[in-house]
Amino acid sequence: MAQTADPNAAASAEAALVARLRAGDEAAYAELVRTQGGRMLAVARRLLRSEDDAADAVQEAFVSAFRAIASFEGGARLSTWLHRIVVNAALMKLRTRTRRPEVSIEELLPKFFEDGHRVDEPAEWRSPAQLDALERQETRQLVRSQIDQLPEDYRTVLMLRDIEGLDTKETAELLGVTPNAAKIRLHRARLALRTLLDPHMRTRGAA
Amino acid sequence: MNCRECTDFLIDYLNGDLPAAQQRVFEGHIQLCPPCLTYLESYRATVKTCEMAHEDPQEPIPEAMVQAILAARAVKHNKV
Repeated sequence: MAQTADPNAAASAEAALVARLRAGDEAAYAELVRTQGGRMLAVARRLLRSEDDAADAVQEAFVSAFRAIASFEGGARLSTWLHRIVVNAALMKLRTRTRRPEVSIEELLPKFFEDGHRVDEPAEWRSPAQLDALERQETRQLVRSQIDQLPEDYRTVLMLRDIEGLDTKETAELLGVTPNAAKIRLHRARLALRTLLDPHMRTRGAA
Repeated sequence: MNCRECTDFLIDYLNGDLPAAQQRVFEGHIQLCPPCLTYLESYRATVKTCEMAHEDPQEPIPEAMVQAILAARAVKHNKV
């Protein structure tokens, strides 16, 4: 599927590829894997910690997609449809893995007195937009390592919503929870990640 | 509104999901409470740095993996 700036041309190239896939054209399957596989592997690597698991999830996702291509509706982009399939495959794999020992989310949430005032005065942070290239690189590694410290249920919801760009409804369906529960879990995940990043993100000189 | 409630409403506020009356109360609190404003900014920065940390340059899928996927398809296809 050639990448093109013209959305109409892209849509018709995609429709042609889907027609070839439905007709069982072997070359079309290879084209789909080569054009979409890199993106799908990146998604699986973000969600799973092991390279082998990521490769398995991508393979399982493609096999599912090949089987389901007849049910693909032209209203959605093929890449969006494949993205959902690989996210689902990665989540299934994640569920089969033994959980690591986790810190309690409660320990990472902001603390309040009984009257609702904050226990700790928040410090000013450096703005992500003002970081230079080296600081951006350091921050990228820091944020990834701190996301990995989150309890698994919270890491997953944060990855699905804030990184993979799924909406609340889709995320809730994939996790088997209500949309409101998914929203609350995302909020708590962000609060906890903020706590983990706080010592590293304070403006220089702040205590 | 107190600081705890203000923190609870952060996600709805940033999504633009607060009803108008509640949004006015929220913004009133933020204007009068510098710690909550600072917290709001760091919450927003948390979301931003998350996105920034995952802007990966996309690598092509390794050819060995392409072949493994096509072989897996052939096996499944022949079983049907």
